[in-house]
Amino acid sequence: MLTRILRQPVWREVIMIGGVVLLLATAIPQLLYAIGQGFRVGLLGRFMALGIAALGIDLIWGYTGMLSLGHGIFFALGGYALAMFLLLQLPAGKLPEFFSLNGVTELPWFWQPFSSLPFTLIAVILIPSLVAAIVGYFVFRNRIRGVYFSILTQAALIVFYNLFNSQQKWINGTNGLKTDSAMFFGKVVSSIEVQWLFYLLSLFGLVGAYGICRWLTGGRFGRLLIAIRDDEPRVRFSGYDPTGFKVFVLAVSAALAGIAGALFTAQSGIITPNAMDVSFSIEMIIWVAVGGRGTLVGAIIGALLVNFGKSVLSEQFPAFWLFFQGGMFLIVVAAVPDGLVGWAGRTWREWEQRSSRKSATYPQIDLDENLHREKTQTEKLHNSGK
Amino acid sequence: MLSGLITSLFGGISVGSVLLIAALGLAIVFGLMGVINMAHGELMMMGAYTTFLVQNVCKGTFFADLYIFPALILAFLVAGLLGFLLELTVVRHLYGRPLETLLATWGVSLILQQFVRSVSWQFMIGIGIFAALYFGGNQLLSIDKSAKFDGKKLLLTMIAGLAALVICNVLGDIFKLAITQPWFGAQNVDVTAPSWLLGGLPIGNDQLPATRIFIIALTICCVTGVYWFLNKSMWGLRIRAVTQNREMSSCLGIPTERVDALTFALGSGLAGIAGVAVSLLGSVGPNTGTNYIIDTFMVVVVGGVGKLVGSIVAALVLGITSYLIGSDSFAPLLSWAPPLAGFFTFFSNSSMAKVMVFSAIFVFLQARPAGLFPQKGRTVEN
Repeated sequence: MLTRILRQPVWREVIMIGGVVLLLATAIPQLLYAIGQGFRVGLLGRFMALGIAALGIDLIWGYTGMLSLGHGIFFALGGYALAMFLLLQLPAGKLPEFFSLNGVTELPWFWQPFSSLPFTLIAVILIPSLVAAIVGYFVFRNRIRGVYFSILTQAALIVFYNLFNSQQKWINGTNGLKTDSAMFFGKVVSSIEVQWLFYLLSLFGLVGAYGICRWLTGGRFGRLLIAIRDDEPRVRFSGYDPTGFKVFVLAVSAALAGIAGALFTAQSGIITPNAMDVSFSIEMIIWVAVGGRGTLVGAIIGALLVNFGKSVLSEQFPAFWLFFQGGMFLIVVAAVPDGLVGWAGRTWREWEQRSSRKSATYPQIDLDENLHREKTQTEKLHNSGK
Repeated sequence: MLSGLITSLFGGISVGSVLLIAALGLAIVFGLMGVINMAHGELMMMGAYTTFLVQNVCKGTFFADLYIFPALILAFLVAGLLGFLLELTVVRHLYGRPLETLLATWGVSLILQQFVRSVSWQFMIGIGIFAALYFGGNQLLSIDKSAKFDGKKLLLTMIAGLAALVICNVLGDIFKLAITQPWFGAQNVDVTAPSWLLGGLPIGNDQLPATRIFIIALTICCVTGVYWFLNKSMWGLRIRAVTQNREMSSCLGIPTERVDALTFALGSGLAGIAGVAVSLLGSVGPNTGTNYIIDTFMVVVVGGVGKLVGSIVAALVLGITSYLIGSDSFAPLLSWAPPLAGFFTFFSNSSMAKVMVFSAIFVFLQARPAGLFPQKGRTVEN
């Protein structure tokens, strides 16, 4: 019974994920605390939140071939929504501090619903995906794609950045929203208990996001996404309208970025318009590229690896991080386009093939020794018959 | 009123001309190769730093007031050479994969930004040693240069890198600040305009700054030059041919690879000249390029790919509208309709003006997805 379950790939995957989750929820944090690297637990939580955003990027770039340079928008929208909720957990009649500093005496109408938790949770998901759907619809409707799409998402990013940056009165402009000292169910947000809660939320959010992406990319829908990536006109000629699918997948990806932003903000204690910095949005791409685009595990691994690499390297050699990052872009694009996971898979398959001396698919046929022998024999026969 | 109108129009045109000179190279490169060069802004920055260096060299000599002219030539050469190398080492290998090119050139732009921050004699010596060891080693071991990156090359890279690092550290310990002092550092540096560009042309109560007039003149020169080159010279003809139909040009014997390299170098060189112009407007820093890059992309997108006219019109329109909105020139004209005036006042600073202009571009692209002057064709792929 158990062996039969283990033989099915789905269950094998579920068990493996369960094991990793168990490790991340219990042993690894304990281990980090034990060796005096306790602050890395907080970092791990944040990076797992970023992993959710990376999954979203992978969904649209790795699978659908749309390179968005504007995911910072959705990340920031999610972050601002949750930050405002945390700031609004005040006794009745009081306002977050920055409002009074900017001369606002009454909570603006658009912030009012954010004092309720259910609304905020829905908003974290829905607002980014709505914005993405609207932008996506108008872009895809006109069959704008490729680099044009990338540039336009970047322009949208600039629009939102400037908008948030210059609205001092309503969202505290450049300074952003600080959630460090806000209250969450009677506890300060920066306290260990709340931080641990958000660590676990990030972990489970990551697993949930992985599950959703796995489900989306697994079946017919996933194959359609890949078809759009590889040859969109052909998909159109086959009778599909790619617009709807692209809008949908962009919206899902934006929702994931929004969730990531919310979880990240709660753990880092602040959200500023800098989350919509041009370079941050492109950094998200490099997480996926390093891990391996088109593989969901790769996106997560990439997000964790690059961010830990960044935190270690910029502690040790602050000047060299940019060199390193720039080099990473070049190397990943030029030398390992399918990322670490893709590279590992390739090497594994090669090794397996070499050890079993079996050829799997068509292109390998002429490498197969048996076939080769047969061919030479027939050729010999042919020649002798002449 | 009239002088006010002239000043705002002039302001708009001067913003537009900066946009145009920055976008000119980008438009050619994007039009020809469909390559988005994210390092274009950093090539501008290199041009600006070249201006700074030339200014310092010329200080106190006979050329002190004329440094801008050698600076223009040198900036063109430096940025052009960098662009040529970039094409040779990176872009060339990524043709047909525009998204990858975008990412790779972004990586290059990060490296260039950090380069101007940390470049020093020590750093340059290190690079020299590394290059000598690596390429010398390649020669000695007679490794095929075009071969794939394998273990042998990796080992060589590591040895060369380690040797360079060690020698640099030893040298740094011996000579201290004399060679470890960064050339520019992370702080911005200032380029002072030559004395004959300090004044302005008085119009009514205002005056038009001479630097702005100089930039407009420079832009006109560049546009005319590029126009002449593309339309009257042999290589320009080849560039236009490749822009229109790469395969057919190749069949007719046009060396497309050389055309690509030349175009990329030319576009980069124009970025260098734009860098000289930009250095006259404010201080020069590692982030100088990033401030311009997205605006210039917008110019190319709005103008349409493949035609110079599109970029010219788009740059002027974008420059003038964003200047007029940013300086709140509409509100007084709309005093008969207070809500409308209030609407424009809301957008009346440079960052909110950007919000409005970029949103307008989105709307515009709904009507003309391929820009103002699209290239006509019947292929499915646009």
